[in-house]
Amino acid sequence: MEFKVPTMAELMAAGEEPEILFWVGCAGSYDERAQKITRDICKILHHVGMKYAVLGTEESCTGDPAKRAGNEFLFQMQAMTNIEVLNAYNIKKIVTGCPHCFNTIKNEYPGLGGTYEVIHHTQLIQDLINDGKLKAEGGESFKGKKITYHDPCYLGRGNGIYEAPRKALEVLDAQLVEMKRCKSNGLCCGAGGAQMFKEPEKGKKDVNVERIDEALETNPQVIAAGCPFCMTMLSDGIKLKDKEQEVKVLDIAEITARANGL
Amino acid sequence: MVAQILFLIFTLAAIALFTINFRKIIRNIRLGKTVDRNDQPQKRLLTMIKVAFGQSKMVVRPIPAFLHFFVYVGFVIINIEVLEIMIDGLFGTHRVFNGLGGLYNFLIGSFEVLALTVLLSCVVFLIRRNVLKLKRFRGTEMTAWPKSDANYILIVEILLMSAFLLMNAADGKLQTLGVGHYVTAGAFPVSQFLNGLLPSSESALIMLERGCWWFHILGILAFLNYLPYSKHFHILFAFPNTYFSNLEPKGEFTNMPSVTNEVKAMLDPSFVPAETEPGKFGAKDVTDLTWVNLMNAYTCTECGRCTSVCPANITGKLLSPRKIMMDTRDRITEVGKNIDKYGSEHQDGKSLLDDYITREEIWACTSCNACVEACPVNIDPLQIIMELRRFAVMEESQAPASINAMMGNIENNQAPWKYSPADRFNWAEGN
Repeated sequence: MEFKVPTMAELMAAGEEPEILFWVGCAGSYDERAQKITRDICKILHHVGMKYAVLGTEESCTGDPAKRAGNEFLFQMQAMTNIEVLNAYNIKKIVTGCPHCFNTIKNEYPGLGGTYEVIHHTQLIQDLINDGKLKAEGGESFKGKKITYHDPCYLGRGNGIYEAPRKALEVLDAQLVEMKRCKSNGLCCGAGGAQMFKEPEKGKKDVNVERIDEALETNPQVIAAGCPFCMTMLSDGIKLKDKEQEVKVLDIAEITARANGL
Repeated sequence: MVAQILFLIFTLAAIALFTINFRKIIRNIRLGKTVDRNDQPQKRLLTMIKVAFGQSKMVVRPIPAFLHFFVYVGFVIINIEVLEIMIDGLFGTHRVFNGLGGLYNFLIGSFEVLALTVLLSCVVFLIRRNVLKLKRFRGTEMTAWPKSDANYILIVEILLMSAFLLMNAADGKLQTLGVGHYVTAGAFPVSQFLNGLLPSSESALIMLERGCWWFHILGILAFLNYLPYSKHFHILFAFPNTYFSNLEPKGEFTNMPSVTNEVKAMLDPSFVPAETEPGKFGAKDVTDLTWVNLMNAYTCTECGRCTSVCPANITGKLLSPRKIMMDTRDRITEVGKNIDKYGSEHQDGKSLLDDYITREEIWACTSCNACVEACPVNIDPLQIIMELRRFAVMEESQAPASINAMMGNIENNQAPWKYSPADRFNWAEGN
């Protein structure tokens, strides 16, 4: 990257505080595809000149997959360790690159002693657009392109955030098309509830294939996502359907970064 | 006089029997664990008004919403008529609200219109279930009893409404003939068209009118006592169920306080946990669930909206959120029967997990909340699934192997995959 991503430890050593902490998440840290999204979120933050930092190697799993799998012990161990780190740095506001991290820190950490203002990166993008700090210029044009947005369960139904990601896409002047099952009625990609980490039970179809079939019905050029797990499931689906050339699965952060030539 | 005494006996017996069975259900629900759902009364009341009274979550599917609305309004409003029947039955009067004059005519007229719409809606519902055989009404859990239950309800409602209209028709004709106490009262916009079907003799007309009157009220009393055994119980429990429903974001799962204590003690040896009730982690049987989970089960009317939107079910997996609720009700009913028969200490060696709900079902859930969102009365099948998972994982260490591997990775590497924590920030070096 053309700039250095600041860590909390560095900022603290310099006696500074960030405006916002970017919580990267495990997928965003290790998964190759999701790493690109992580870097794009940093590029956006850098581009608008927002003072931010990441935890770097001090970050740790939020415990979400353990909790959804039923292991409350492991979840709370992770949660309390993370809360200790976050509180030690006096964190006030967090942006996450993953709806699962978002939901867990926002809703489940306060009861364990960690209360922060938490937003998802699509909300951050929407805010930046609303404030006039971010536009869609100087980069790839999405004008007239057919884009369909897949609602991540933990952002949509889980927390009622349906508009922010759509607003972030509207600024592109693209042609937004909705799938039959969208918003509160959106169909899961198949990864939630710790399904990401196991083989599916016996059935007649994989959930991500069911979802990709529906997405392809809208005849899109881009399928927009807002979650690294959805990204994996949808990309796998597109590969399976042999549509990689015609249809791109892109995170909203990637689309925003591209539109701004970042 | 004999009729009045009989009426009193039937009514009292019906109310007594219903009270006994209703109290058993309340007792069964109280077998569940405590959970505080008395906060934010204003918001709760608004939820109940919107979701239960206002049927706001039904509109997603306009056709059944429209038909159901008629049956619902019919049910609520025709109760005014039942009140009159009660008074007439007890005091030997006839159409006692007659004194209301024009208003009475308006009421009876609207009851007739409602009765007709209820009747027609029920016919359409029967056709949807038995002729069109909609997918939503099928599935593994829709065995003989749930199917019959649904049909019985619809048939009884059709019979009750038919009796009501036929009674009015006979009454109307008796009024025009000027017979006995059949004073001119009420308007009969619907039943007047049944005139052609009526007998001409006065005594036959009186018999028909009385017969329908008795059939109507005895039918209602019998139906009331059918409710505790039926999915139709939702007409009562939809209201408290929405009132006590979860107000937090759907993505938020409960943090178990018993675990918090242990984790705090592990991280800080000087921590002294507050006294909490001991017990197992998660749920193996229905009594490990909360009373709200159990009330949910009694409220479920098996409409299948949850199952029809469940990603696991849609793609052919065994999981069906409706079955989760039906199993929970069947099991708590069984536990209640055991208490009645053998006392509260009795153990039958069975449990919700394994004897009713299989592991394959609970592990197929993506926790996507589609079932919770779809339920028109705010039932939460996901919470039950999660409690069963908690038991399987924390009490039995019985998770699928790959899930165990994922949890092992979190413990050792602070990530669900097997990567070194030292490499966590390597992404910043890419481009």
